[in-house]
Amino acid sequence: MTADEKQEAQFQKLLSPKLPDGKDLPFQSPEAEANYKAAITRIKDAIQLKKTPDRVPVTILPSMFPFTHAGMTVQEAMYDYDRCALAFKKFILEFKPDMHIGAAAPGPGKFFEILDYKLYSWPGHGVAPEHSYQCNEGEYMKAEEYDLLLMDPSFFFRNFYLPRVFGALQGFQMLPPLTGILEMYGVAFNFIPYALPPVQATYKALFEAGAEALKWAMVMGGSNGELASLGFPNILGGFTKAPFDTIGDTLRGTKGIIMDMYRQPDKLLQALEAITPIMIGMGLGAAQQTGNPLIFIPLHKGADSFLSDAQFKKFYWPTLKQVMLGLIEGGCIPFPALEGHWGSRLKVIQDIPKGKTVWMVDQTDMVKAKETLGKNACLIGNVSSSMLNLGTPDDVKAYCKKLIDTAGKGGGFIMGNGAFFDEAKPENVKAMSDFTKEYGVYK
Amino acid sequence: MAKDLVNTLADLKEKEALGIVQERLSAGEDPLRILDDARRGVEIVGKRFSDEEYFIPDLVYSGEILKQITDMVKPKLTKAAEVKRLGKVIVGTVAGDIHDIGKDIVVFMLDVNGFEVFDLGIDVPVQKFVDKIKETGSGVVGLSGFLTLAFQSMKDTVGAIEKAGLRNEVKIMIGGGQIDDQVRSFTGADAYGKDAMDAVKLAKGWIGG
Repeated sequence: MTADEKQEAQFQKLLSPKLPDGKDLPFQSPEAEANYKAAITRIKDAIQLKKTPDRVPVTILPSMFPFTHAGMTVQEAMYDYDRCALAFKKFILEFKPDMHIGAAAPGPGKFFEILDYKLYSWPGHGVAPEHSYQCNEGEYMKAEEYDLLLMDPSFFFRNFYLPRVFGALQGFQMLPPLTGILEMYGVAFNFIPYALPPVQATYKALFEAGAEALKWAMVMGGSNGELASLGFPNILGGFTKAPFDTIGDTLRGTKGIIMDMYRQPDKLLQALEAITPIMIGMGLGAAQQTGNPLIFIPLHKGADSFLSDAQFKKFYWPTLKQVMLGLIEGGCIPFPALEGHWGSRLKVIQDIPKGKTVWMVDQTDMVKAKETLGKNACLIGNVSSSMLNLGTPDDVKAYCKKLIDTAGKGGGFIMGNGAFFDEAKPENVKAMSDFTKEYGVYK
Repeated sequence: MAKDLVNTLADLKEKEALGIVQERLSAGEDPLRILDDARRGVEIVGKRFSDEEYFIPDLVYSGEILKQITDMVKPKLTKAAEVKRLGKVIVGTVAGDIHDIGKDIVVFMLDVNGFEVFDLGIDVPVQKFVDKIKETGSGVVGLSGFLTLAFQSMKDTVGAIEKAGLRNEVKIMIGGGQIDDQVRSFTGADAYGKDAMDAVKLAKGWIGG
C-alpha cells in the first residue's frame, strides 16, 4: 500500500470502531453514531486538505483542566482512576469537542510511586496536591556517554538512564548486555546477576508497576470506548519526539545539549541520527497498539529563540523531518505541537508532504502559519492560555472569529487551544467550542 | 598577551578565551581586570541576543565560559571583588512552579549587566519575596513562572507585597512561557518581559539609570 492508501485505511478503520474483542462498538444512540462519524469525517477532511469540511472541527487539548474543573485535585486524578475517567467524561459531555485525546494526562500516581520516579515531581511528591506534575531537569546522560548511547541505545537506557530516573530500577545496573547470550558454553554466566537481591527487587518492582499500569490502562481504555459510543472519538495513537528534544529534554538536559552543540557537535549529530529510527518505531508501535493514527510530537527546543536559524537547520529539523516522513510512510499522521513561538521556522517546516500532518500552534501568528505551513498541513489552535484563563467569553468569541476567518479559510484548520492548560474559566472553553460550531460552518 | 578577551569571549571562542585568561594570570595581571573584561564580553553577548544575532544557546554557553574564567581567577583574588552595582533585584519562580531554566538565564544576565541579584530559587512562597524586599531594600522584583498556575501565584505575590506596604517601594516584572500583557494586568505587575534581555532593560529603566 502507498502512504496515501495506508492513511485512508486508518480513517476507514476509525469510521467503524471496534471493541477489544473485534466486534463492532455499539453506539448508545443513532445520534451518537452520526455525531461520531461526522466528527471523524470532518477531521479527516481538515487534515487531508482535499475537500473543505462541513464546518471547522473543534478540539480541546487540556492537561489537568478536566479534573480541576470537576473539583478534584490533580493528586486525586492521579490516584483514583475511576474518578479521573468520570471527570473526563463530564468534561467531554459538557464541552462536546469533535476530537479528544483521552483521560491519560494525569497518569497512574501509584505506578510512579512503585518505581520511585525521579524525573518528575508530582502531587504529594514535590508539588502540592492541586498542582500538575513538573519535570526535574538534569543531566541524566553525561557528556562523555555518547559512545555508550551510540553503541547500544537499549543497553544504555537499561543500565544507565533508567536507574538514574527510577529509584526502584537500580538493579538494572548489574545486568550484562543481552547480546552476550550466544551459545551453550557460557550462556549460564549471563544469568547469574538475576539471582542477586537488587536485581530481583528491581524485577519485583517491575511486575508491580506493570500490574498497576494495566489496571489504569483498563480504566482509560474503558473511558475511550464509552466516549466513542457516546459519539466522541479519541484518535490519538500515541506519541514520539523530535530526536533533538529526546536528547535535550530528559537525557542531556537543556544546558547539556547546548554545550554539546559547541563542544561535541559531531557526536550529537551522530546520536540524533541513531535515535531517529527509534523515534519512528516508537510512534508506529504506539499506533499499532492503540489502533489510532495521530502521533503527538511535542516540540520544545526548536522554538524561535532556543536555536539560531543555522542551528535549527543543522541540529533540529533534519531528524524531525525524517521522523515525520517515517510515520507518514507507515500510515500515521504526525501531530507536532509548536510550543511557544515558531514564526522564524515556518518557511523551513512547511517542507512536508501535503495533507499528512496536523500541527498544534501555540503563540505563532496564525495568519503567517496559514500562509506557509498551512499550505501543506492542517493547523490546530491557537486560543491562548491567558485568554482562556483570564479573558471573557466575548474575547474568546472575537478571537475565534478571527481564526475562522483567516486560518479557517478553505479548510485545513481545527479550532483549539494553543498550549496544554490546567486552569481556565469554563465559560471561555465553552465559548470556544459553541461559537466555532455556530460560526465555523462552511457555506 | 594583548589578545582581546572581551571580543574572544563575545565570539564564544571557549578555548581561546580560557587561554588568554591563563596567560594574563601567569603574567601577574590584576585578576579583577580580567574578570571585568570577561563580564564586558558577556555583556556584548547579551546585546547580540537583543539584536537577534545570538540565541539562547549562545547566552548559556557564554555563561559556562564565564563560570570557568571566574573559577580560574578566584584563587588569585586577594581581596573580595568590589564591583560597582547598578542596583538590587530579587528573582524567583513563584509558588507551585518548579521551572528554573528561564529564571536562571534572567538571573545570569542581570548579574552580568551589573545588578546585585538575589535568587530565591523555585517554588518560592509569597512571604519569602516580602521578607527579602524588607531585608535587602531591592527596588526590583522579577517573578518567573511557566505553568498557568503561576498566573495566580504571581497575583498572590504582588498582593502580598502590597499588603506589606511595600508596593510603592518596588517595581515588579514577570516573565515565562505563557506570560503576556493580559497576565501582567491580571497579576498587577508593572511590566512583563519576553526574554532575559527584556528583564535587563526593564531593570535598567527602573533603577539602573
